[in-house]
Amino acid sequence: MSDFYAFFVRFLPDLLKGAGITLLLTVQGLVAGFVLGLLATLARTYGSKFWRGLAVGYIELFRGTPLLVQLFLIYYGLPGLGITLSRELSAFLALGLNSGAYQAEYLRGSILAIGDNQMMAGRSIGMSKWKTIWYVILPQALRLAIPAWSNEPVSLLKSTGVVFLIAVPELMAKAKAIAARTYDPIGSYLAVALVYLAMVYLLDAVLRWIERASRIPGFESEGKKA
Amino acid sequence: MTNPILETRNLTKVYGQNTIFKNIDLKVNEGETIVIIGPSGTGKSTLLRCINLLTSHDGGQVFLDGNEITAKGYNEDEVRQQIGMVFQNFLLFNHLTAFDNVMIGLTRVKKMPKEQAKAKAMEELNRVGLADRADHYPGQLSGGQQQRVAIARALAMDPRVMLFDEPTSALDPELIGEVLGVMAKLARDRMTMIVVTHEMGFAREVADRIVFMEKGNIVEEGTPDDLFYHPKHDRTREFLWKITELYGKKEKEKGDKA
Repeated sequence: MSDFYAFFVRFLPDLLKGAGITLLLTVQGLVAGFVLGLLATLARTYGSKFWRGLAVGYIELFRGTPLLVQLFLIYYGLPGLGITLSRELSAFLALGLNSGAYQAEYLRGSILAIGDNQMMAGRSIGMSKWKTIWYVILPQALRLAIPAWSNEPVSLLKSTGVVFLIAVPELMAKAKAIAARTYDPIGSYLAVALVYLAMVYLLDAVLRWIERASRIPGFESEGKKA
Repeated sequence: MTNPILETRNLTKVYGQNTIFKNIDLKVNEGETIVIIGPSGTGKSTLLRCINLLTSHDGGQVFLDGNEITAKGYNEDEVRQQIGMVFQNFLLFNHLTAFDNVMIGLTRVKKMPKEQAKAKAMEELNRVGLADRADHYPGQLSGGQQQRVAIARALAMDPRVMLFDEPTSALDPELIGEVLGVMAKLARDRMTMIVVTHEMGFAREVADRIVFMEKGNIVEEGTPDDLFYHPKHDRTREFLWKITELYGKKEKEKGDKA
């Protein structure tokens, strides 16, 4: 046990460097995925047939195939079409596109729950459809989505591990390097597991804070009823 | 004879095989309160929604101040600022305080300067007697209070006509009075209103005209006196008799409980 402690302390700075990149990838992917997911779900819910089809196609494609396949297609496949992207950009694209498909589904559920009634109320005072979406539906739907959506940052954080396969120097890549250098895979992967665990714990705390801070008095019980 | 402020000509609505209502001709003069009564499922609510274009119609026309608002290319959002609507389930914006519910249309639709909008929103809340609840969210208000905020929200747009779609049907009996009170006051102030309701007391006392609809048709219309005491059609008499008896019973039950 004290051996592991010494091992952990020794490699912690290196692991934290990787953790920084992991966190960066997570935040970037989450933000890109949120924008994409929001656009996709709005297109799917309120768009014309063309946009609806496009959105459904995107969501099904990226939810229906493994992240690793998407990553390899972008990093190793696109150069075949004359598009060569850096490791970091490939990782960012794969994570963002993948997360966007999941986030679209989280958001769609809550937009449907807020529903036609609020749309009708907005329209009844002369708001346009998109104004109603922006000022009435989204502020409620996004709040309603938070509990279910809270899975996504955690899940994405852990998914970033796969990008070590295209040699992005994130947390998992560091662990692999340390394992190779020290011939101690157990210590190395145990240490990395602890770092992931700590990051997930912190992330959860942030998400819980967001959920509390965005609460509307008297609204939660309404949401539960619906 | 003045021109009606609102008029429907041959207005017709069809859902698939079902005709919801057919060839409805309705004229509403400025300052008039029209109450539409009739059994459920006769298209009264749908009629209101067709009038402010929330639902598409399948035939006929609607005129506001002599302009055909059902004409192709007419700006629907513009129309709905002029025809306010109050819903059975209030439909307040749940993420906004009572004050912001009233204000949002002023700032986001009318683009009113903020200070002016604030004053106006407060004035409308005052009008429905809820200035002291301005900071409350819908979830913190009673049903009656929510409905009064919804009325204030619609009034804030300075509509030419107000539509009420069974505004008290979702309320507990003890909360109905406060909403009807606000509506009666509006009628006294000569707001033009079309009210769909089962509240016969309100219809008798406040309406200038009552329209009895059944199975998608206007069966009879006239003053409250005409309809309550000298109905021309048996169906009108039957309906009024039934509903008065029903509500009489309710009143009695309430009395027994108290």
